[in-house]
Amino acid sequence: MSEITSRPPPPATATGWTSARITGVAILAVWALIGALLIKVLVDGYDPEIYQKYGPRILTGVLTTIELIVLSISIGFVLAIPLTLGRLSNNRLISALSFAYVYFFRGTPLLAQIFLIYYGAGIFRPELQSVGLWWFFRDAYFCAVLTFALNTAAYQAEIFRGAIQSVPKGLVEAGQALGLQRMIIFWRIEVPNAAIIALRPFGNEIVLMIKGSALASIITVYDLMGNTRLAYARTFDFQVYLWAALLYLVMVESLRRLWDRLELRLTRHLKRAPD
Amino acid sequence: MSDYISLLSFGPNGWGDELASGLLITVTLALATLPFGLLAGFLLALGKNSEEATLKAAANIYTTIFRGLPELLTLFIVYYGAQIALQSVIKLFSDSASIEINGFIAGMVALGCVFAAYASEVFLSAFKGIKAGQYEAGHALGLSRFHTLRLVILPQLIKLALPGLSNLWLILVKETSLVSVIALSDFMRQTRIAVGVTKEAFFFYLLACLVYVALAILSSIGIRGLERWSSRGDAEARS
Repeated sequence: MSEITSRPPPPATATGWTSARITGVAILAVWALIGALLIKVLVDGYDPEIYQKYGPRILTGVLTTIELIVLSISIGFVLAIPLTLGRLSNNRLISALSFAYVYFFRGTPLLAQIFLIYYGAGIFRPELQSVGLWWFFRDAYFCAVLTFALNTAAYQAEIFRGAIQSVPKGLVEAGQALGLQRMIIFWRIEVPNAAIIALRPFGNEIVLMIKGSALASIITVYDLMGNTRLAYARTFDFQVYLWAALLYLVMVESLRRLWDRLELRLTRHLKRAPD
Repeated sequence: MSDYISLLSFGPNGWGDELASGLLITVTLALATLPFGLLAGFLLALGKNSEEATLKAAANIYTTIFRGLPELLTLFIVYYGAQIALQSVIKLFSDSASIEINGFIAGMVALGCVFAAYASEVFLSAFKGIKAGQYEAGHALGLSRFHTLRLVILPQLIKLALPGLSNLWLILVKETSLVSVIALSDFMRQTRIAVGVTKEAFFFYLLACLVYVALAILSSIGIRGLERWSSRGDAEARS
């Protein structure tokens, strides 16, 4: 009978300057260096003329960007509701049509969609003029809002559909056992539960919209990106892009923080009370 | 109708060959970006998954930046910024030399950086789906940390990360269209040129959309094959 030799204990957790820590500190140092370099570029390149001329323009651009996002997300939300119902519908035709819509807008680049609507509308000019809609399609800003709204509606509909389908079956059955009507079960039980599940992906969708809204600048909408490109084209001063980057980061990060707060508040009933 | 077909013919009068060459660039760009983005994303996820706070923070700074910036802006910053940076380096050596950044490389770097930021999150949540017992089992078998990672963790990680990564691939294919804004004749740019000459905006942009949809469908078929391959060890998959 062979003897069972005792095995050595597992290695102790390393402390002090492990290779991981050295790497981590080194990379952090690189980040700090990049940060310092960017600040140096901004300080060295300070040009009161450029700041006075383009500063206000870029700040108005921020407002335009926010306006674009709020409009598209809200219109998209309104469009997403029937789309979600269509995706969930038992009617083959309705669900196939909504699926085709969602697949088209999620499967093609936003840039191609903007071009299709803004430049493509020109082909239908006589028809649009006769129904009195040409003023809408002639304007780059309106076209951008329309494209973003149609695009985000498809993404939002997918988020809502997924959320509704992941509501536990037991909740619906409990409603049925209580003798509630189908519509009441849907709106009072499934939708509120799905809203909590959809909250995080919905926040991510808004972030994607903030980033996607920069594409409006390509069809000459003067949002943050548009004004930045204009300033760069006239001054060839690279700083303007750094400022735009900073502004976009601030927008995205504030939304993320806000969303974390919102989630904490809306899910407070799910948290265990502290002992 | 026949007008539209002749617009797509190959040869001097049609746009078929131009569009096909653009499509080739689009697909090449996406395929060239993928390995770079996957590797960087994996390394970032290792950093975020590590117990070392400094490494975690370093990786999180990267993600915050590249997930927060619009891809278009990242592309401009890489394209113009790299040009300015390289030019100032070259000026140290000679006065006259000027340099032009290759649009393909700039696109690859910008899209790869963004891809890596998102991929690291996918890998991280896949890492979280692997139980500590798997690492302990590797240790108990006497495998080194590298071998545990390669032989035990990685095969499971690929399976867990595949759905998220396929999503990112579809996004990447769509985002290659952004390089048309800097000087690279990808599919989108060729479409814009065709529109500029023929004034058939609706036809060509709709065609472009349909081609991207076709690319997405083709990718989905490939992804399904990969999924079958990655779950070949599952008991359920055999039944």
